[in-house]
Amino acid sequence: MNLDGPRIRAVVRKELLDYRRKRAIVVSMFLLPILFLVEPIVSIFLASPVESNAALDKYVILPLLYLLLIAVVMPSTLAAFTVVGEREQGTLEPLLTTPLRQLELILGKAAAVMIPSVALSYLVYGIFLVAVALFAHPAISSAVFHDGPILLALFLFAPLVAGWSVVVGMAVSVRASEVRVAQQLGMLASLPITGVVVLFAIGVIQPTFTTAIAFAAGILAIDVLALRIVSRMFDRERLITGTKATR
Amino acid sequence: MGQRSSHSEHARAWTVVIDGIVVTTISNERTLEIPVEPGQHLLRVRSTRYLFSPERSFEVVAGQVVRFSCHPRSLSPIIFTRWLVWLLISLVKHELWIALKLDDADSADFNARAVAARVDVTPRAIGVRGRPTDSRALPSDVRATNVTSAPARPPTIGPSALVVNGLSKRFGERTAFADVSFDVGYGEVFGFLGPNGAGKTTTVRTLGTLITPTSGSATVAGIPLSPENGVEIRQRIAIMPESPGLYLRLSVTENLEYFAGLYGLRHATTRIKDALEAVNLSDRASDLCGGLSKGLRQRVGLARTLLSDPAIMFLDEPTSGLDPVASLEVHNLIIGLREKGVTIFLTTHRLDEAEKLCDRVAFLNTTLRTVGRTVDLREQLFKRSLVVTTLAPLKDPDQFFTGILGVDDWRSDGPNSYVLTVSDPKIAAPEVTRRLVGAGVDVLFIGEAQHSLEDVYLELIAAGVEGDQT
Repeated sequence: MNLDGPRIRAVVRKELLDYRRKRAIVVSMFLLPILFLVEPIVSIFLASPVESNAALDKYVILPLLYLLLIAVVMPSTLAAFTVVGEREQGTLEPLLTTPLRQLELILGKAAAVMIPSVALSYLVYGIFLVAVALFAHPAISSAVFHDGPILLALFLFAPLVAGWSVVVGMAVSVRASEVRVAQQLGMLASLPITGVVVLFAIGVIQPTFTTAIAFAAGILAIDVLALRIVSRMFDRERLITGTKATR
Repeated sequence: MGQRSSHSEHARAWTVVIDGIVVTTISNERTLEIPVEPGQHLLRVRSTRYLFSPERSFEVVAGQVVRFSCHPRSLSPIIFTRWLVWLLISLVKHELWIALKLDDADSADFNARAVAARVDVTPRAIGVRGRPTDSRALPSDVRATNVTSAPARPPTIGPSALVVNGLSKRFGERTAFADVSFDVGYGEVFGFLGPNGAGKTTTVRTLGTLITPTSGSATVAGIPLSPENGVEIRQRIAIMPESPGLYLRLSVTENLEYFAGLYGLRHATTRIKDALEAVNLSDRASDLCGGLSKGLRQRVGLARTLLSDPAIMFLDEPTSGLDPVASLEVHNLIIGLREKGVTIFLTTHRLDEAEKLCDRVAFLNTTLRTVGRTVDLREQLFKRSLVVTTLAPLKDPDQFFTGILGVDDWRSDGPNSYVLTVSDPKIAAPEVTRRLVGAGVDVLFIGEAQHSLEDVYLELIAAGVEGDQT
C-alpha cells in the first residue's frame, strides 16, 4: 500500500493544533508528568547511602521504571479519543470522504499522540536526572548514572511503550461506542507494562543490557503487529453506520 | 500544465466540451474515443479547474468517431534556457497539447491519421478582481440571482458522471435501498428525493465508498465502484454530509487547510481563498468554527467541498435545519455552481428545493420510484385539469360542464369550486367561460391546476407508483 506522506503530515498537524486548543488536554499533559515526577524524586532523596548495594539498586531502579509509566499512561487517554471522539463530534464522516487511507489516518493520529507524550517523557527524565545530579547524595547519584542498562531502557522504552499504549488506545477507540468508555478501556493498555515494571521491581526479571534489548525488540514487534491489526479493525462502514461491512 | 507531482497527475482530469456540452473528462496521457453525430463540431478541452481554451472546429462524417488525447506540456530540464523560457511562460499562460483525430469506426490506425492541434489554455480571470491564478482555481462568483425553478439546460451527451446499476444495500435483515439504477450526466444537478429513512444518505455513502454495496454496480466519475478504487474515487468527488462536521476549535481557514492537505492540493492558500470567496466567507476566515452560526458552518462545509474541485459534488440535505435566509444563500450557491457546470448530486426531502435547483429528480423509498424532469413527472402522473371558482355554488354544475369539447370529466372541490379534467385547457377554458358567463354566473377564477412537486411526491410515495426509470 502506498502511503502518502503529506496526508499523514496534514493529520499530525491538525491533531497537534487541536490539542493545543484544548486547555484540558494541555493541562493534563503537563500535570500528569509532574505528578509522576514527585514520587521518584522523593524516593531517591530519601534513600540512605549506607544501604547495601542491592537495596540501593531497588531505590534507583524502581523510581526510574516508575517514570516509564508516564509514556504509558499519558498517550492512552489521548489515543482512546482519536477515532471515537471524531465520531462523536461528527467530524469522522467528512474525514472519511477524503482520499485519506485508513493506515494514513491511523499513523497520523498515532504520531500526533506519540510526539507530545514521548517529548514530555524525555523532558521529565531529563528533569529527574538533573535533579539527581545536583541534589541527590553522591552515592545515589553515582548509582543512577552508572546504571547503564536501566537508563538506556528508560530512553529506549519510552517511545516503544508509548507506541503500545497508542495502538491499544486506538484499537479501543475504533470499536468503542463512546469516548468515556474508550478512555476507561484505554487505561487498560498500561496494565501489561505496569506488570513488567512490577516484575523488575520485585526482582523476578533482572535489568541487564541484554534484557533491555530483548524487551525493546519484543515491544517493537508487538507494536508493529498491533498497528496492522488496528488498521484492519478500522472499518469505515462500521464507524459510519455502526454495522460491520458485508463483503 | 507543466510538471506535476505524481500525486497531482493522478488527480488531473480535463473536461471535454463538444458544442458547448460537457461530454466527459479525460486524464493526462489517456486517449478517448467519442461517438459524435455527423456534421461540424467545436471541441474545447478545458481544465475541470475552469480554464478557458480556444475552440477547435472539426467535421465528422457518418461512421467516424473522435479520438483524442491530452498532454500537458512538460518541462525539459536538460536545456536551461528552454527551462527558463518555459518557467516564464508558465507564469502567465498554461498550455495543453491535444492530439485530435477523426477516425473511421473500422480503422485501428490512430497515429497515422492523427492531427496534432496545440491548444493554449489560458487561466481565466478568477473572481471579480480578474486575478489570474493557478490552474486549479475554483469557479469564481458562484453566487447567483434567485430563480424559482431550474432553467432548461441542454442534456449531456457521452459518458455519465454517475452510472448506477441495480445497486442494493442491506444491513442484516434491513434493506436500506434495493435495486437502484439511474445515471447522472456531467454538469447535471440531480435531485435525490425521498422520505426519512428512504435510503438517500446510505446511497450517497455507498457511492462515496464509505459503505460497501450488497449487490449491483456503479461507476463514479468514470471509475468502477469498488473498495480497491476507493481512494481514486474519493479523490474525484466531494461529499458534504448533512452535518458539515467541522473542527470547532479550529478556525475556518485551519479547517480548510486540513482538508486541502488531505486532498494533496497544490497552491492551497489560493484555493482556500477562492473557496471562501465563492461562499462569501472571506471576512470570517480567521473565526473559530465553534463561533459560527449553523448557516455559516454549512457554508464552510460547502467551501470544503469546493476545495478539491470535484467531478461530482454530493450534497446531503445541505439546507437541513437552516432558516429561510440561510437556505436561500445555500440555494444560490448551488445555482451558481450549476451554472458553472459542476455535477451535483443533491439529496433532500425539501421539494421546493429540488424543483428550484435540479435538472432531474429521482424518488427513492427503499426502491427507486421514478426518475425524470419534474415537468415530465407531473404530466406523467396527473391529467391536466382546470380549476373553476364561482362567487356562488352552481345549482346544476353538470349542466355547465358536460358536453364541452375538451372536458372529459368534472368534480366538485368545495362549495363553489370545481375541477375539470381536460384534454387541452386552451380549448376547454374559453368554452367553459363562455357557458358560465352566458348563464349569468359570476366567475371568480378559471385556470389550469398546477401540480407541485409535492403532489408528485405524495402520489409516488403514498401510492407506491412505479414510474419509468429513464
